[in-house]
Amino acid sequence: MSESVKAIMLARIRQAIAAAPEPEPVQPDFQVHDERDVATIRADFTQNLLDYKASVINTTAAELSRQIAELCLQERIQRLVLPVDVPVSWLPAHIQALRDDPPLALRDLDACDAVLTGCAVAIARTGTIILDGGERQGRRILSLVPDRHLCVVYASQIVGLVPEAIAAIQERAGHPITLISGPSATSDIELSRVEGVHGPRSLSVLIVQDR
Amino acid sequence: MPARALPMFPQAAKRALENTQLRRNMGNATSTIRQKRANVVAEVVDWEALRSAGSAIKQRVMRHLDEYLLQLEAAVQRAGGQVHWANDAAEANRIITDIVRATGVERVVKVKSMATDEIQLNEALARHGIQAIETDLAELIIQLAHEKSSHILVPAIHKNRSEIRDLFRSTIARGQELSDNPKELAAAARHYLREQFFTAQVAISGANFGIAETGSICVVESEGNGRMCLTLPQTLITVMGIEKILPSFEDLAVFLQLLPRSSTGERMNPYTSIWSGVTPGDGPQTFHLVLLDNGRTNVLADEVGRQTLHCIRCSACLNVCPVYARTGGHAYGSVYPGPIGAILTPQLLGIEQAKSLPYASTLCGACYEVCPVKINIPEVLLYLRGKITEKASALNPEKVVMRQLAHIFASPRRYAQAQQLARTGQSFFIHGQVIDRLPGPLAAWTVARDLAPIPKQSFHDWWKQRQSEQVQEPGAGSASMSSTINQQEDQ
Repeated sequence: MSESVKAIMLARIRQAIAAAPEPEPVQPDFQVHDERDVATIRADFTQNLLDYKASVINTTAAELSRQIAELCLQERIQRLVLPVDVPVSWLPAHIQALRDDPPLALRDLDACDAVLTGCAVAIARTGTIILDGGERQGRRILSLVPDRHLCVVYASQIVGLVPEAIAAIQERAGHPITLISGPSATSDIELSRVEGVHGPRSLSVLIVQDR
Repeated sequence: MPARALPMFPQAAKRALENTQLRRNMGNATSTIRQKRANVVAEVVDWEALRSAGSAIKQRVMRHLDEYLLQLEAAVQRAGGQVHWANDAAEANRIITDIVRATGVERVVKVKSMATDEIQLNEALARHGIQAIETDLAELIIQLAHEKSSHILVPAIHKNRSEIRDLFRSTIARGQELSDNPKELAAAARHYLREQFFTAQVAISGANFGIAETGSICVVESEGNGRMCLTLPQTLITVMGIEKILPSFEDLAVFLQLLPRSSTGERMNPYTSIWSGVTPGDGPQTFHLVLLDNGRTNVLADEVGRQTLHCIRCSACLNVCPVYARTGGHAYGSVYPGPIGAILTPQLLGIEQAKSLPYASTLCGACYEVCPVKINIPEVLLYLRGKITEKASALNPEKVVMRQLAHIFASPRRYAQAQQLARTGQSFFIHGQVIDRLPGPLAAWTVARDLAPIPKQSFHDWWKQRQSEQVQEPGAGSASMSSTINQQEDQ
């Protein structure tokens, strides 16, 4: 039956567009490459993260684990969830770290204070980090259920514009991809903005200078 | 099933305008979002190029919709998803109900979706004993209040915080202390919904984009309720209008810039989820995509109306519309309100069912200016008005008047005679300086506006009189000047 519905729909579509003219080709004359210098792009990334109520910490590879430890202390994070492949070198001492291996049950995940992930690419113009399930990012649920999200972004992962980021993840299109811009938020009640609805209530981005 | 005719806009708008609270809320909401949008759009130097690209991509989608749908279907199937085709609301609802019943659950969680509102899925599920829980905060509010959405983006904008507090106290937060602080209200909703997310086995979503090339479905949101629904349950059902297709993954580069800035006035919305079929070990392990026609191919067949299908449901046109900003969404009586609703609804349902909607506009053109995919809404509005007039009976008062006017305007003599007649006749209707009430069917014109009376002397008459005066006194100022000019031309 479904096959015949499909045939009917396709026939109707073909009939509807039979006389339609072939449209002009798409002019890709919008910006696909950010001409700004690297320092400006990174400053823009930080500014846009702050604008959307994420917190930003600039650090180096050597300082990273100390910064994470400090953040955990400040935010009173005791149970920290990690994707399987987050490097040991990121890990702060004195923190109970739970690797998602074997996969954590939902309720266990819910009982954690925070998650620590890397990312695939980040967009300066919009203050966005993108997770594509690749290295150091884990399952989607990890960056969703815990109350806080700590995300490590290497400076070399920051691109200027949305088209650059889409091009960067194009090959990963078959995997689950999440674009994150600030903590979850709603403006549904009298347009008054409330941060932290269902996704993490806070997003802390650690930018590691790697070049 | 023939669609039921919608209530007439003028009457519904009148009722809406009498509600001062509603007008205040709408005024605030539309002007705030309008300003936010203007600010973030101004940041983008290539905004016009992006709009043109968005429009061109959508034109290509429509021209090759059959190919793209087949491509999408194949890609989704390759990725482990199942694809269903639905001619209309009843078919879509039956497909979805069957899938849910096969899982044996009696409760599903839902991501905000206009397509499922359009097909009245919640009601259809309820008839089979399945409860659909809306998880977007605003959708939850209007679901609990048994009301309808008043804005595409912020559906509960007509309700204020104390109303929402009272509503929550009598429903999801029974017996709890609750203030009217939005933060506390959002927390109450989070608490209630978290348990729903954690226990739900089936989720239903709409789709912002479906990528033909990769079979990727894209959902754009703010609260994280979308991510919860798209990630936690075992079964995911997505309902997508057939026009939501984009040819390739790289097209997201255009639309993920156009949509958030036009919609919420943000550089990017907090969360965007993109997935293809199922991914072992991550998210739902069963995925169904329902491709919905429900009148769309009729729109597609119309040369002028076709562009309506380019819409990405950003709601920018609502916020700039002087009519919508005053009446709010309920007056439109349709799932899709505002300027886009005024052109989409009559085309989806059939023009007879919503023939007052193309008139719910001043034709100011602000909607066209902000549309991220350049839908020429005023053009389609006028076109639909033309269709309505064509269909109207020959005895329709407007048609009768227009026919008579055409006859009169066709001859200078008849025109002058009619003017003379009207000049004499109008004295009964002039009050102060204006005509404020015309008789008979003409009264419809003066219900909402005054008419300037025909002046005592027309320009034509004045000119004639002036000429004859000049002949009598050849030396007079301006006449001598014109004779000078004539002399120069003669040389």
